[in-house]
Amino acid sequence: MNLAVRDIRYHLGRFILTSVGLGLLLGVVMSMGGIYRGLFADALAVLNHTRADIWVVQQDTNGPFAENSRIPEDIKYRIKGVPGVAQASPLSFETLQLERGGRPFRFFLIGYDLNGFGGPPVITAGRNIRQKHYELVAAKGMNMALGEKLHLGLHDYTVVGITGKVVSSSGDPAAYVSLSDAQDIQFKKDNDAIRSDRARIDANLSRIQTLSPTQTKFLRQNVAAIAESTHTVNTVVARLAPGADLSQVKERINRWNHFRPLSEEEQSRILTKGMIEKARMQLGLFRIILLVISAVIISLIIYTSTLDKIRVIATLKLIGSPNRVIVGMILQQSLLMGVIAYAIGYLLLLMTYDKFPRRIVLEPFDLRLLLAIVIVICILASFVGIRKALKVEPAEALGG
Amino acid sequence: MDRMSYAIEVEKLTKIYGRGETAVTALLDATFQVKPGELVAILGPSGSGKSTLLTAIGLINEPTRGRVVLDGALVADGGWVAGIDLKRLRREKLGFIFQAHNLIPFLTAQENVMVALEINRVSRHDAKIRAAELLGSLNLGRRLNNYPSALSGGEAQRVAIARALANVPKVILADEPTAALDTENGKNVMALLKKLAVENSSAILVVTHDHRMVEGFDRIFEVHDGRISCPPLAEGER
Repeated sequence: MNLAVRDIRYHLGRFILTSVGLGLLLGVVMSMGGIYRGLFADALAVLNHTRADIWVVQQDTNGPFAENSRIPEDIKYRIKGVPGVAQASPLSFETLQLERGGRPFRFFLIGYDLNGFGGPPVITAGRNIRQKHYELVAAKGMNMALGEKLHLGLHDYTVVGITGKVVSSSGDPAAYVSLSDAQDIQFKKDNDAIRSDRARIDANLSRIQTLSPTQTKFLRQNVAAIAESTHTVNTVVARLAPGADLSQVKERINRWNHFRPLSEEEQSRILTKGMIEKARMQLGLFRIILLVISAVIISLIIYTSTLDKIRVIATLKLIGSPNRVIVGMILQQSLLMGVIAYAIGYLLLLMTYDKFPRRIVLEPFDLRLLLAIVIVICILASFVGIRKALKVEPAEALGG
Repeated sequence: MDRMSYAIEVEKLTKIYGRGETAVTALLDATFQVKPGELVAILGPSGSGKSTLLTAIGLINEPTRGRVVLDGALVADGGWVAGIDLKRLRREKLGFIFQAHNLIPFLTAQENVMVALEINRVSRHDAKIRAAELLGSLNLGRRLNNYPSALSGGEAQRVAIARALANVPKVILADEPTAALDTENGKNVMALLKKLAVENSSAILVVTHDHRMVEGFDRIFEVHDGRISCPPLAEGER
């Protein structure tokens, strides 16, 4: 006869309530693991979707995801000319925050060359960008409808397509526009700013007495053109030809001044180790704390449950029950509680993980590992109850 | 009657708690025999040593001196006999009835009896049948699936008796089995014990302080300050 199951059956309400409570706790532990994996997935989303072998960024920077990187757009031609490079395409990135429906609306704007790569990985509704201007593909997470307009910089942009779950490393949903639109949004100044800049240039040039009027005019035109130019990008990504040597291509680009080539692996390391390492450690610490709390709670539940059964245990001992029957009862109850709580936590997470503001990724390995940890915790936690039970004297069954 | 014929043999059984100046003699030189099928009451005031005697015979409390033989097996001689399996002996030779019924609250009446059988390696199927038979014989056939909380005091005590009888023990030890019952139920339980002692040929030792309950007992032992006075067996019964 399974005494553990009989006891649970008799105290079913109490057992279910306890398991639900513990299940919620384990659900939080699982979601922490899911958030951690989600951080990885989010951090690497753009990197993975771009499928580039090399990211060329501004010298002495760690690239556009970690810090400010600005390079001229026309460097793409030079990169394309490097032996071993099959494709090169400029990209621009910018995080924008607007007001929408009276609430902050934050997203990650990606500008890409319509003839290159790095655009939306998949179109789930509508179409991809066809015109060079004023069209936008929004990620699902932006909750925008086809045909909806969004005012960015100086112009309105129409949503023509919806892409999948593409987000920035901070978890903001992505929006795609053409590179020229993205450059305009990021760098183009409004008319007041242009007039002000030109006036400042004129004032500065007028102080140079040695310039002839022709030279002044020429200089003014050139300085203004440079100041007003938007042909700047955050990175140029390149794909190598089959068989090309990555290190040789990198070495070649490294020799140029002002640029730093990063392999996909390096970029990935910057994103994961550098940017989400602290978040990872924090989540890991939380998980450990929660698991310790779970262990303490299970121990307390098992211990108090054993105290409740002291007379039962004494009676069992008195009628000659071997210790394994008593140990088995306590251990099985502990394990049943842990496993049922785990299942409840898992079900709760399955029902709610879509509603989390950030992505939750449940890896089978993580789930199996957590189950193993929960089982070990239950076994260890049951020791306090078992220790107490083994100390109970059969004589305690006697008397009133 | 030879030694093998006694269910219980106790010789100069002594239990001393503590040592030196703080030593307390709870039981001193108790000597008696009980035959199979005999119903014996142990009377005495609180603290007189009744329970000490019961726990020593019940293989719970190790005696300081003296011998105990249960169903022909020497279990104590000075202390416990070396290598003795007390749990196995308690399972196989002894049945216990408690002051409070001590039924396991999360088991039904039938399961409470089954547990004693299953501990003694009786198969679940056989245990179920035997438990139902036993409870039926004690007029509890309709209460098989009731939990102890749903039973009256008298019913619960009868389930406890059924559990004590489950493995057909040679010795049944009852510690104040009527203490939690009213007079009528108490007398019923005592009458039932008397009947079972005869039917099962079990020696039944009942500790009580209530003189009213010992009517019909074969012998009555009295304990005072650890000393037991017991009427000897009749000449022809020795």
